[in-house]
Amino acid sequence: MNRTILDLWVGIFVAIGIAALLFLSLKVGNLSSARLSDTYVLQARFDNIGGLKVRGPVKSAGVVVGRITDIKFDSGTYEAVVTMDVDGRFRFPKDTFASINTSGLLGEQYIGFEVGGDEKMLNPGDTIKKTQSAVVLEKLISQFLFNKAADGQDGKQ
Amino acid sequence: MPDPAKLLRQLGQATTDRIWRLGFAARFLFAIVRYSGASFRRLPLTLREIYFSGVLSLVIIIVSGLFVGLVLGLQGYETLQRYGSTEALGILVALSLTRELGPVVAALLFASRAGSSVTAEIGLMKATEQLKAMDMMAVNPIARVVAPRFWGGVISMPLLAALFSAMGVIGGWLIGVVFIGVDDGAFWSQMQSGVDFRYDIVNGVIKSFVFGIAVSLIAVFEGYDSVPTAEGVSRAITRTVVTSALTILALDFLLTSFMFRGTS
Repeated sequence: MNRTILDLWVGIFVAIGIAALLFLSLKVGNLSSARLSDTYVLQARFDNIGGLKVRGPVKSAGVVVGRITDIKFDSGTYEAVVTMDVDGRFRFPKDTFASINTSGLLGEQYIGFEVGGDEKMLNPGDTIKKTQSAVVLEKLISQFLFNKAADGQDGKQ
Repeated sequence: MPDPAKLLRQLGQATTDRIWRLGFAARFLFAIVRYSGASFRRLPLTLREIYFSGVLSLVIIIVSGLFVGLVLGLQGYETLQRYGSTEALGILVALSLTRELGPVVAALLFASRAGSSVTAEIGLMKATEQLKAMDMMAVNPIARVVAPRFWGGVISMPLLAALFSAMGVIGGWLIGVVFIGVDDGAFWSQMQSGVDFRYDIVNGVIKSFVFGIAVSLIAVFEGYDSVPTAEGVSRAITRTVVTSALTILALDFLLTSFMFRGTS
């Protein structure tokens, strides 16, 4: 086979392969959007994180503003310490309220920021004071059942 | 009633034979790496092999990738619509392709399309004593024949696997968005939020690279080690395809259990 034609075909092949890789990383993967270039670290402590996962989203007003980078258990306070990378463009007030929410009925869990009215902003490395744990469905149901049972007894008396 | 001592002897012979072949394959890989300088100094040798194992596999990879994507789209939609979450079709198709199906199916196709022909070529060269003739002319057959074919396969494999995954995603998009009518924006945005570059795509590429090394090594080894007769070469080709398929699936399990466990 002619050398130049062979080179051409191999060149086309490699170009197609690299194009496919680029397509996968930019269009399929999150290299373009979610690669937060300039981030800072925040921490939050929760009594119960439910099904929260590392790499899960951090949202404020429904918009993704960061990612969860680490979840640890603090054996001193028996709390879960969640570390997250937040987009450097966004700053949040000191009294921001972090809660663990679920997207949809069966969706993934994420940390939602509800912004307070404090003048001072959270600095990188700060810990969010006000948190709300994940809602554990079993607890909710048992609470509901106990309430019902209590109501029933009240009714009889 | 067969003689038990004879049975044990056969078992022992089979075992030592297997171990010997394994050791030979490892030494062979070492020799390929050692003599592979020539395949990069004389680049046309390797380019020719990339052409034969990579460029000529393009059609089968593109068509199979597209059809796997189409089927994933259809079946995924069938299941997802029961839970009313059809917009998750994008992430389903993309994750299954980049993590598993892309590297594995592309490697299986590559083994049967390119690996078998490499084995046949080297086996026939051995049967017609071309390898010996090279040796007589002080040309190292491993450097001249085996190493370029090995590197051609190793270079082609990740590119083909990426192409397979990309075509599969396009196939899933065709079925999901164009034919069935899943929302285009939700399809891509769910996919992008769910597929992580380092965790999913880089790991998929690493997988395909490992498969490329395994398949290429098996192909050149079986060819080089074949019995130099017509029957021996045909057996070697069969062994290439079977061993490659089993090795790919076993390696895939191993790699998956190391890569994708724990956090997510």
